[in-house]
Amino acid sequence: MNIDSTTDAFHHVQTAHCENGVTTALLRYHGLDFMTEPLAFGMGSGLFYIQIPFLTINNGPAISFRTMPGAIFKRTCRSLGVEVTRKKFSNPVAAEAFLDQKVKEGVPVGCQVGVFHLTYFPKEYRFHFNAHNLIVYGSEDNRYMISDPVMEDVTSLSREELTRVRFAQGPLAPKGHIYFPESVKKISEDTIRKGIVKGINRNVRDMLRIPGNFAGVDGIRHTAGHIRKWRDKLGLKKASLYLGQIVRMQEEIGTGGGGFRFLYGAFLEEAAAYMQDDRLLQVSEDFTKAGDMWRASAIKMAGVYKGRLTEQKDFEEIADMLVDIRLVEKEAFQKLSRFNLGK
Amino acid sequence: MKKEDLPQEPGALSRLTREVCYVKNEDGKYETALSDGWNVKKDALDSAWVEVNERIEEARKAVMNGEKSPIYYFMELRLMDVGVLSGYTGNFTFFTKRHFKPSVFKDLSERQLTKYASAFDITVSELKNFKG
Repeated sequence: MNIDSTTDAFHHVQTAHCENGVTTALLRYHGLDFMTEPLAFGMGSGLFYIQIPFLTINNGPAISFRTMPGAIFKRTCRSLGVEVTRKKFSNPVAAEAFLDQKVKEGVPVGCQVGVFHLTYFPKEYRFHFNAHNLIVYGSEDNRYMISDPVMEDVTSLSREELTRVRFAQGPLAPKGHIYFPESVKKISEDTIRKGIVKGINRNVRDMLRIPGNFAGVDGIRHTAGHIRKWRDKLGLKKASLYLGQIVRMQEEIGTGGGGFRFLYGAFLEEAAAYMQDDRLLQVSEDFTKAGDMWRASAIKMAGVYKGRLTEQKDFEEIADMLVDIRLVEKEAFQKLSRFNLGK
Repeated sequence: MKKEDLPQEPGALSRLTREVCYVKNEDGKYETALSDGWNVKKDALDSAWVEVNERIEEARKAVMNGEKSPIYYFMELRLMDVGVLSGYTGNFTFFTKRHFKPSVFKDLSERQLTKYASAFDITVSELKNFKG
């Protein structure tokens, strides 16, 4: 997390992930100086794994390494007793008017947007992905001042450009979704510790005890099973593209590397300091290891979509790597579960 | 991942920004570092684009051969699928699929054509007079 570009009151925060970034920057703006990206991610129980059945995204498997969009902001704010306002609109004119009112009041707000029409993104990155988040923190010369957390610097968008991305269509259509903390009280260390424990316990539940075989740590094994069949079922070309899609979900901008596992390791390191509990440091190491293993699997998958590896045995080896990762993550969450950190 | 192992291999994104990654420093503590990119994910993105361009080319041929309407081609060109396109036009997916038929397309109302043209960021005449 880098905090440098500053404006009068609002401070742009660059983070790995957009929703963590919006959460962190907005809470810091409201005086919560202790807030960091790993803390927001951990309190919001951000780590996850799911391969959504029967769904394809951009003609590939629908895999996510993180929890559902919106959850991190919602959970972190709730844990800290921060009241939140969120609104969606069916009418773009009403959405613009509401935003203008907030800008006039000088309140920075989070907006959910689609990236396909997001003009400052490089063309190669502009797919129909609708769960990107940015902050509008003012206006100047008829342009909105934009703090996009994944970027090093702030930028700006015209009214038409912003309205267009706020009303992008397709899965997870934002519908002008706007959100911001309403009232923030002083927060004690004890509240932070409770939020950390709650975040960890919820993450243990999501990864270990979620029903079904396609989500949580078992979801990783589920994908491994699919990978073993892809080469025969889809042909080498399509199977390669599917592996490429996994790598993009895992390593692209927004993940902090290793499918958010390093970010979770960083959270546990911070949590260990808050809780005065060195056991959390050991588990942090487990997640570092898991992140490194995910990256090793990505390198192997790259061998396939670069056309260097073509045999069924290569797909088997990749699947075996994922099975090993599942075991590391399962044991790490079981440790967290056994710690009995409280409620 | 150790800080010194963080790849600095520029890709499309480095035109816009470097990205934050979480790495271990010399003391074994986590910190953030900025990365220009990593060839492993750059290659994944490149191969996705090869696929996209092949789909567009196939769609172009299908329109030239009279198998599909230009709506189908522009949908692929704009990386959309039936669901996304229907979201932008406000039509039901059932109708969107029908509009892929050249025979149905040629009788589409001006109002429908305008909806499609604006979803694709083109003019109605570009949509009607497809040149490939």
